Amino acid sequence: MSILIDKNTRVMTQGMTGKVGQFHTTNCIAYANGKDCFVAGVTPGKGGQSFEGVPIYDSVKDAKAQTGATVSVIYVPPAYAAAAIDEAVDADLDLVICITEGIPVHDMIRTRRRMEGRKTRLIGPNCPGLITPDEIKIGIMPGHIHRKGRIGVVSRSGTLTYEAVGQLSALGLGQSSCVGIGGDPINGMKHIDVMRLFNDDPDTDAVIMVGEIGGSDEEACARWIKDNMKKPVVGFIAGLTAPPGKRMGHAGAIISGGQGGAEDKLAVMEECGIHVTRNPAEMGRTMQKILAGS
Amino acid sequence: MKIHEYQGKEILRQYGVPTPRGVACFSSDEAVAAARSLGGTAWVVKAQIHAGGRGKGGGVKVARSLDEVRRFADQMLGMHLVTHQTSRDGQVVRRLLIEEGVAIKREFYLGMVVDRESQRVALLASSEGGMEIEEVAKESPDRIHTLRIDPVTGLAEEDAAEVARRIGIPDANGAASLFQNLYKTFVEKDAMLAEINPLVLTEKGSLIALDAKFNFDSNALYRHPEITALRDLDEEDPAEIEASKFDLSYISLDGDIACLVNGAGLAMATMDIIKLYGGNPANFLDVGGGASREKVTEAFKLMLKNPRLKAILVNIFGGIMKCDVIAEGIVAAVREVHLSVPLVVRLEGTNVELGKRILEESGLPIISGADMADAAQKAVAAARGN
Repeated sequence: MSILIDKNTRVMTQGMTGKVGQFHTTNCIAYANGKDCFVAGVTPGKGGQSFEGVPIYDSVKDAKAQTGATVSVIYVPPAYAAAAIDEAVDADLDLVICITEGIPVHDMIRTRRRMEGRKTRLIGPNCPGLITPDEIKIGIMPGHIHRKGRIGVVSRSGTLTYEAVGQLSALGLGQSSCVGIGGDPINGMKHIDVMRLFNDDPDTDAVIMVGEIGGSDEEACARWIKDNMKKPVVGFIAGLTAPPGKRMGHAGAIISGGQGGAEDKLAVMEECGIHVTRNPAEMGRTMQKILAGS
Repeated sequence: MKIHEYQGKEILRQYGVPTPRGVACFSSDEAVAAARSLGGTAWVVKAQIHAGGRGKGGGVKVARSLDEVRRFADQMLGMHLVTHQTSRDGQVVRRLLIEEGVAIKREFYLGMVVDRESQRVALLASSEGGMEIEEVAKESPDRIHTLRIDPVTGLAEEDAAEVARRIGIPDANGAASLFQNLYKTFVEKDAMLAEINPLVLTEKGSLIALDAKFNFDSNALYRHPEITALRDLDEEDPAEIEASKFDLSYISLDGDIACLVNGAGLAMATMDIIKLYGGNPANFLDVGGGASREKVTEAFKLMLKNPRLKAILVNIFGGIMKCDVIAEGIVAAVREVHLSVPLVVRLEGTNVELGKRILEESGLPIISGADMADAAQKAVAAARGN
């Protein structure tokens, strides 16, 4: 078991024929059951062609009807990416993972509004994607650093997620699923949404939650954890040294209006019973200690 | 992307939001000429920099004669204006806004932001105009009225009027159309933040925007050449401008250990761990997912421009980016830039062994870090001369 995706998931790739889409599709197909999982590509005007043996369709609707794929991953360029999400939502897919970085915020506001009342879940945009080790990888993360196991990982960043995973794997602690929810201010699933799924997943024993400065999603998740979580959570927040008012790469990573500082987030997380570390090199070992003690 | 007050007011006027009449000036002569053409007996001389809190720092003054206009303009042009939003050195004033004086009856606050929690645009309004909204939020949060706007229906007139009534604007319907015009500006121009502080009720009973602050979504600038044209490079850090040319995300900090990292989250975490081990990060630098040899070289040049620099820490977790490619980039960069400080490199991820071998065989004095903690400790020690 795992959350959101497993070896039986069938995936279509929107924007598969672009340079980025081609590169990552090749890697995703090569990982574990990828050959069975990645069943369609979507590029308007290229229906009927194929890439790496994967058939291409003109629309998400077509791809879904022809292949039964219920999950989509998006590599479409930023100016068209929100419309690509809209198309996937309109086709009633279960899950959409948008890798694209740099989508205008107002586009995402409109897209999120359109999603209200619909069944589709969104991860991202501006995220590395998600992986269930040894089963399926949907996104741009390096598959080889992951080990199958029972720790869940949820994070707003890309390479910092790999860092957490790398530390776990080096200590022999495998992962159930790892989810990168992305660094944009307006996005799909938040820490709290992923945490709920890990809490209900019988094959996840504990979770590492990686956050960063900006917004208050980590605080909201921490408060939910305090009242509901049955499993231990280890937490880290990047940006303790970030000055207010400066945007740290991610569109969402900014301390503004006196909100979103790392110290405040860590304090709330500690209050809520999360095992917080202030050292990014200690995420894995903190988890190891907690598992040994419980 | 930020713009100046006078540019923001120009945009507001285009959308039917009234502002005082004013002229942007670059010299004292221009300032006096502007005041003369505006007429009247009082003018406001306002320093134009991309930071708030200008009044307290001496960047906003009321002149009662043309001589005073000249005197204030002379004082302000070229001064290093220090506010709570600038660096300690302040920001050099190069532009002024000369405005007609306005007889103020009451001041209000009006702002719009992208609200992460509701995933919508939020309108913020308060009876406490002229104050920093953060202070109002802290001291009297009940004085701030928030309205989250549905992107489908937009800002409804009755909702806007209700907010206006709550903050005590007498002509609520007139205010509602001003609020609606601001919302239209906000959406059509892809703004992330807009503030009119204060929005004033004049003695004559009209509502006008006495200040204008905008921040636009840099991801949407491709569809707003008219906004891009307002960019003022004098207001930005030269190192950050240089970095943006090479698609590097760089922010200057005041420490002495430079760091070069792939990924924003890991870059912040690298700054944090330097601090944790007693050092001080000199910058935030994210080389992104597909750093080429050229990008790495430019990143080294940028870091080496810092006169305080005592050590460099490279922290790479290779995913898409292969460690051997990065290692080749580092070796080439170091040979090209004549490295003058200790360099600590930590490589992890795809092709890590190959990458480490390239560094070792280069014969260059590169200190290798086994993991993130080890590398950070070594960088801190190196910066101290150990």
